[in-house]
Amino acid sequence: MTIPVNSLLQCALDDERVFERSDYEGPVPRWCAGCGDHSVLAATQRLLADEQFQPETTVFVSGIGCSSRFPHYLKTYGFHGLHGRALPVATGIKLHRPDLDVFVVMGDGDCTSIGAGHWVHATRYNMDMVALMLDNNIYGLTKNQTSPTTPQGYPSNTQPRGSWLPALNPVEATLGITNASFVAQTAEWIPPHLFATIKAAYHHDGFAFVRILQRCPKYTAPLFEEGLKNPDSIELLVHEDGVMVDGLENVYKNQVRHDPGDIHAARRLAEEDGRTRLGVFFRDESRPRYEETRHLQAITAEEKVTRLSEELDLHAV
Amino acid sequence: MTTKAQTEAARAVPSDSGEPRYEVFELPEHTVEIVSDSGEGAQKCGQILGAVTAKMGNGVWTVEIIPAEIEPPPRSPAGGSGNRVRIGSEPVTNWGDETQLMVAFNEQVLMGRHRLNALADDATILLENIWADHPDETIRAAWQEAQSELEKTNYRIIEVPMQEQCLTVVEDPRRGKNMFVLGMLAWIYDRDLDLCRDQIAHAFRKKSEEIYKRNVELLELGYGWAEENLDFRIHIPAQPTTDPMVVMNGNEAVALGAIAAGMELAAMYPITPATSASHELGDVFEKFGGVVHQAEDEIAAAGVAIGASYAGKVAYTITSGPGLALKTEFLGLAVMIEMPLVVVDVQRGGPATGLPTKVEQSDLLAAIFGQPGDAPHVVMAPATIEECFHVMVTARRIAETFRTVVIVLSDANLATGVQPFRRPELDPAWVAAPPDLSPVPEGLKPYDWDAKTGLSRRFVPGQPGGMYTVTGLAHDESSRVAYSSAVHQRSSTMRSRKIAVLQSTLNPPEVYGDDSGELLVVGWGSTRGAIEEAVDRLRAEGMSVSSLHLSFLSPLEPGIKEIFSRFEKVMTVEINYSDDPDAPYINEENRRRGQLAWLLRAQTLYDVDCWTRVLGEPLRPRAIANAIRQRIETVEGDIA
Repeated sequence: MTIPVNSLLQCALDDERVFERSDYEGPVPRWCAGCGDHSVLAATQRLLADEQFQPETTVFVSGIGCSSRFPHYLKTYGFHGLHGRALPVATGIKLHRPDLDVFVVMGDGDCTSIGAGHWVHATRYNMDMVALMLDNNIYGLTKNQTSPTTPQGYPSNTQPRGSWLPALNPVEATLGITNASFVAQTAEWIPPHLFATIKAAYHHDGFAFVRILQRCPKYTAPLFEEGLKNPDSIELLVHEDGVMVDGLENVYKNQVRHDPGDIHAARRLAEEDGRTRLGVFFRDESRPRYEETRHLQAITAEEKVTRLSEELDLHAV
Repeated sequence: MTTKAQTEAARAVPSDSGEPRYEVFELPEHTVEIVSDSGEGAQKCGQILGAVTAKMGNGVWTVEIIPAEIEPPPRSPAGGSGNRVRIGSEPVTNWGDETQLMVAFNEQVLMGRHRLNALADDATILLENIWADHPDETIRAAWQEAQSELEKTNYRIIEVPMQEQCLTVVEDPRRGKNMFVLGMLAWIYDRDLDLCRDQIAHAFRKKSEEIYKRNVELLELGYGWAEENLDFRIHIPAQPTTDPMVVMNGNEAVALGAIAAGMELAAMYPITPATSASHELGDVFEKFGGVVHQAEDEIAAAGVAIGASYAGKVAYTITSGPGLALKTEFLGLAVMIEMPLVVVDVQRGGPATGLPTKVEQSDLLAAIFGQPGDAPHVVMAPATIEECFHVMVTARRIAETFRTVVIVLSDANLATGVQPFRRPELDPAWVAAPPDLSPVPEGLKPYDWDAKTGLSRRFVPGQPGGMYTVTGLAHDESSRVAYSSAVHQRSSTMRSRKIAVLQSTLNPPEVYGDDSGELLVVGWGSTRGAIEEAVDRLRAEGMSVSSLHLSFLSPLEPGIKEIFSRFEKVMTVEINYSDDPDAPYINEENRRRGQLAWLLRAQTLYDVDCWTRVLGEPLRPRAIANAIRQRIETVEGDIA
């Protein structure tokens, strides 16, 4: 076919475009070998290709930290902003441009520490976006400081005799926030589950919060050994409305049928009891979404001037 | 009109002879204030008086008198709430000097104003009369105590049976005195009662017809009482203009200006004295496709605005000093990623919580230099309420053209001052165009800095071929993280160059008065009217004084050094703190100077002096004039 150069026809062209995974791949990541960030990036690129995202209408917003380099390694639009402040930026983008697909990538320090206030409120705003919290239980980029999700007793450079306090449980906390609509947990070392969870998050209408357990080979390798080596330490939450991955039952024999519509069961399952549970804890698409209540019809400059003139009439002398 | 201090109960004195019972004072201007306990409505009374006065063609400047608390204890000197209205024959550019007529709902709020030196020595006070014989002994004692202090003054105090009168119409006089007082003032200043009724209808438009009628009844009652009982009227000739005019406060002007600029997102967190701008917008913005986003905190408000700008439409965030401090990191980011952003800082007294409801100009240097790292950007300051409207249009356009942050420094004086101004001639060209989502031409980079100007074109998500990742890390033209040493030097140059390019497009500021002479007074922001009024008075006395008012603080307008060279001495007048040069321990090297003085000294190498005050109120022309007289004497002493 003849390719029209007129940009007005670009939209028609878009439908014809087919994207390969390589169309989403940016420069080679500079993460450490064995870092869980690689797995999450791979799963995300697979999702982008599977769902045929338009690269120009997809935006990845991140904070600061190892995992927040994420957007640099994609060929979509990206916003690598400030430590802890990815969510407000994403909120602003979505408020103005609900047409864009927005993903937020944060670390545990970003989300549960310096930006914790935004985490609470973004959950409550329930805007249609995917929030991936890559939780390696440590501050990596600043070289080994305790994070809110570092398990009690685990040493770091700032708390060398072990973290003083019990770790914050991000899933339990998110489930406690009014108007939460999607809360899931997955692990980057189980790629099919990781992929299925991010995919479910993307298809959710609302704010989809996914905590991704993620290895840091440099500073927190011992914390993830049990999960890696002993599948029995992991319990999968399965349900048609949640995540079901064929074949995983052969390895992960502990499976619990959990209806993500049941918030009380979700909160019970999220409580700390030594078990690592993966799956969709809660999902409710009936919750109000902020951008829907706030989205307004665009009006022309001329119409604005007419209406502003009426407004000035009220102040006329 | 005024006599030696005396407390007299005004009585109805029918005029048998048919001679007018009252004297009319023809004056070019007059300042009146109405002060009550919070909740008694003195503010509404003053607002309506101000609006009616503007509509009648008089110059007017209204200032709110606001306690820091919502409902401080009744009858407390610091709890007075109300409005101060300066009425003139000519346009009024500032709040003026001391109050000449005060309506006080109790003697304690009168004492509060008295102790602040807010009242002219010979002021006339219309004071509620129920307190002297109040059944509550502590109130009677407090009245007595105040009385003994007031006896030493030259005020003319007229006791008015406000409550007794209002009780004939309403059951709770706390809910009616303000309109009774409005009626009295309408008689004193000969205000058009129909206009008063219209304004009452507007002020109570969300209330019932019954409430409107009752308020009008109180208005007429007050008017009639004044007519029967008072012995003075004040006539301030109006000069109705044929130009269409509007009247509003500075925060309303900022809000409507943001609409005129085509901005569609205002991200804010509640903070005094900025928030009322968002109230105005919250009411009307949706009609313009706009959203007021009340963020979870000041930081998020900045982030949301930046995100919205990134998504294609320049947004703004509005705050005051403490909020500006919190937004600092995001402002640095916006500079680094060259994201257009408008930030309005309605300054109040600081540091920290400071004086939340009071004016100050002490955020200037924080606005320009407050971001860690080198973060060149634009800082502008509207000087009038009219400029509060237009500055938003200019700020949006500069932010977009230069891909930069524009901080607009308003203040509590502009925010709450009400003044009529020429109705803006709206232009669709002011309105931001919808984001251009056409494909990015092949080979164009997200920071394709023009080597000479540092300017580059911004890509917006949705544009095919433009996919890039903005980053707060040092980056090259392609927005790739910089790992080589030269990149940061070059990108810093480009970000700074843009601001110089902006400066090259500005006109030199105009000198007010002769363009050379003994002393040049330099100001910025809301002090313009008061400074120029002081300059007028001094020039009338034969002094060689001119003034210069700066709208741009970063970059400074061009030609300032040349203007300075034509004056023997240059000084700034500002509402921020500076050390008195003669104070203990203070010398040339350690003296803290006014913030503009500091800036001008650094940029021009002129020995710029300053006179500043932080009294929590706008500067009075008289005080400025006194300070200038002293400096002139110093200059003449130096020459001799």
